[in-house]
Amino acid sequence: MSDISEKSHAVIDHTISEHREMTFLQSVLRSQPFWVFVAIVVMVVVMSFVNDKFLTGQNIYNTTRNFAAVGIMALGMSAVICTAGIDLSVGSLLGLAGIVLGLVMQAGYGIEIGFLACMVTAAVVGLINGVLIAYVRMAPFVVTLGMLAMARSIAMVISNNKMIYSFGPDEELFLWIGGEYMWGVSNHVWVLIVLTAAFWWVWKYSTWGRWVIAIGGNAQAAKLSGIPVERVLVSVYMLCSMCTGLAAFLLVGWFGSVTNAMGVTKELDVIAATVIGGANLMGGVVYAIGAPLGAALMELIRNSLLFAGIDALWQQFFVGLFLILAVLLEQIRNRGR
Amino acid sequence: MSMLELSGITKSFGAIHALQGVDLTIAEGEAVGLMGDNGAGKSTLMKIIAGNFHPTEGTIRIEGRDVRFDKPIDARNNGIEIVYQDLALCDNLSAAANVFLGREAKKRLGPFTYLDHKAMYSKAAKLFAELKSETRPRDLVRQMSGGQRQAVAIARTRLSDPKLVLMDEPTAAISVRQVAEVLALIKRLKATGHAVILVSHRMPDVFDVCDRVAVLRRGNKVADKHISDTSPEEVTGLITGAIEHA
Ligand SMILES: Nc1ncnc2c1ncn2[C@@H]1O[C@H](COP(=O)(O)OP(=O)(O)OP(=O)(O)O)[C@@H](O)[C@H]1O
Ligand SMILES: [Mg+2]
Repeated sequence: MSDISEKSHAVIDHTISEHREMTFLQSVLRSQPFWVFVAIVVMVVVMSFVNDKFLTGQNIYNTTRNFAAVGIMALGMSAVICTAGIDLSVGSLLGLAGIVLGLVMQAGYGIEIGFLACMVTAAVVGLINGVLIAYVRMAPFVVTLGMLAMARSIAMVISNNKMIYSFGPDEELFLWIGGEYMWGVSNHVWVLIVLTAAFWWVWKYSTWGRWVIAIGGNAQAAKLSGIPVERVLVSVYMLCSMCTGLAAFLLVGWFGSVTNAMGVTKELDVIAATVIGGANLMGGVVYAIGAPLGAALMELIRNSLLFAGIDALWQQFFVGLFLILAVLLEQIRNRGR
Repeated sequence: MSMLELSGITKSFGAIHALQGVDLTIAEGEAVGLMGDNGAGKSTLMKIIAGNFHPTEGTIRIEGRDVRFDKPIDARNNGIEIVYQDLALCDNLSAAANVFLGREAKKRLGPFTYLDHKAMYSKAAKLFAELKSETRPRDLVRQMSGGQRQAVAIARTRLSDPKLVLMDEPTAAISVRQVAEVLALIKRLKATGHAVILVSHRMPDVFDVCDRVAVLRRGNKVADKHISDTSPEEVTGLITGAIEHA
């Protein structure tokens, strides 16, 4: 090769290496969470004209608190869905972890022990799911569907089908954490904010996060690259369950009581929030901010219908409609690629 | 002492006998061309060396030591890098992320370590430039051409300083200019004492860079000759079966 062409190659290669396919703005415009955010803003603006009580501090406080728990669970679900998996057991686990928490605190143990029992219960459920999926190679749908039934059943057995409404020596602190606020923002929302930031960091900067995304993209290639795919998968299911455990701790403290029916069909809300937030059931896609935005949009739909005076029976219809629209929107955007 | 020594490698997938008692040795600084018809067992042999699966029978020796690879990382730790025929890339990650997959560059801040994106982008850019490939480190692999994807898979083998590089049809989808770069890379590897096994259907490439050519036919090694002792015509005959043995 001649000297001149060598040089021109070098020049090309330098400009190429610095090139970005998309600017930051373009990549934001292409992401699902951005459009969910736009939808939220539009709905808030419209609703503020429809009903002047909509944008009051009280309603904002209530709405944000109401979706925070689903958002926390959706953060964990995003990780699972990113690996092309699914966790149907989170609703039942919410009930089981809540009951375990209630029983332990009712028995006179302190809040630390109660919290630990709640999280360990969640971790064990996640461990069982993860091992069956990663090592025994069973389908996530089947394993977690089985767990959905089993966890709920165990919650019924150990609670003896009774409601728990006294929480021992630390009851006051426990109810404060779940039911109160700091600087005008519900404690639920604080937890959601901190967790979202933590997940954002994990997806962008941690090796574990990178590996989870790689597994979702091509598990075979991830394995060949030396990533411990099975171990990572187990940790993903444990993380998802522990997010649910945390939500249970907050929700029981908010309600001030717990029954074994807590969280029935909650898995559907969580999965819907995750998917609206931009997760792709085929795996390989994850946004930390998607989970809270998806959960927020769903709560906003409910709240808006209420304020617009539309029959509450329509709620599920609109949640379902938005879910389908969100997936459709993503497909249309992908087609353009 | 040879760098790699395979003896009696047999591999069966149920009733399919992909390899039947294959012997192969390779020395430092040597390049061996591995040729054969589709389904002859070339990729299977490469995957066995790379630790994807155990041979049904036979032994692998590296620098005189018996080794047994349970997973690909074991082979990598023994200085073996591979470009898979199907490339084994994650479409949803960037080119740089794929190059560094499983051995990410990290920075430390107190007790935390985090991904060093900047280092990974610039190192990947250097590797692509070395291959004269117009591959952008930040692009998603999903949007890349076949040749760019191949460059990513090849760049991955350049991250460490391996003893042996296995290339399973690395030039199948790339342009003339990049073929020349891959061949130049193989020559550089040889000059610096690395061993290379090149699987290819392109006769001129094999005769250009390889010292020896081994031919597989239906899982048997039917020839293993010095390049200077054979000709493209003879190798073609060996591949098709027109020449029984050599
Ligand atoms: N994982 C597997 N399970 C079952 N059979 C397999 C597997 N991998 C390879 N084979 C079989 O082994 C034989 C050799 O396959 P191999 O991929 O090694 O061929 P090859 O020489 O690389 O061919 P090509 O030139 O088409 O890449 C084929 O008959 C193939 O069907
Ligand atoms: Mg092959």
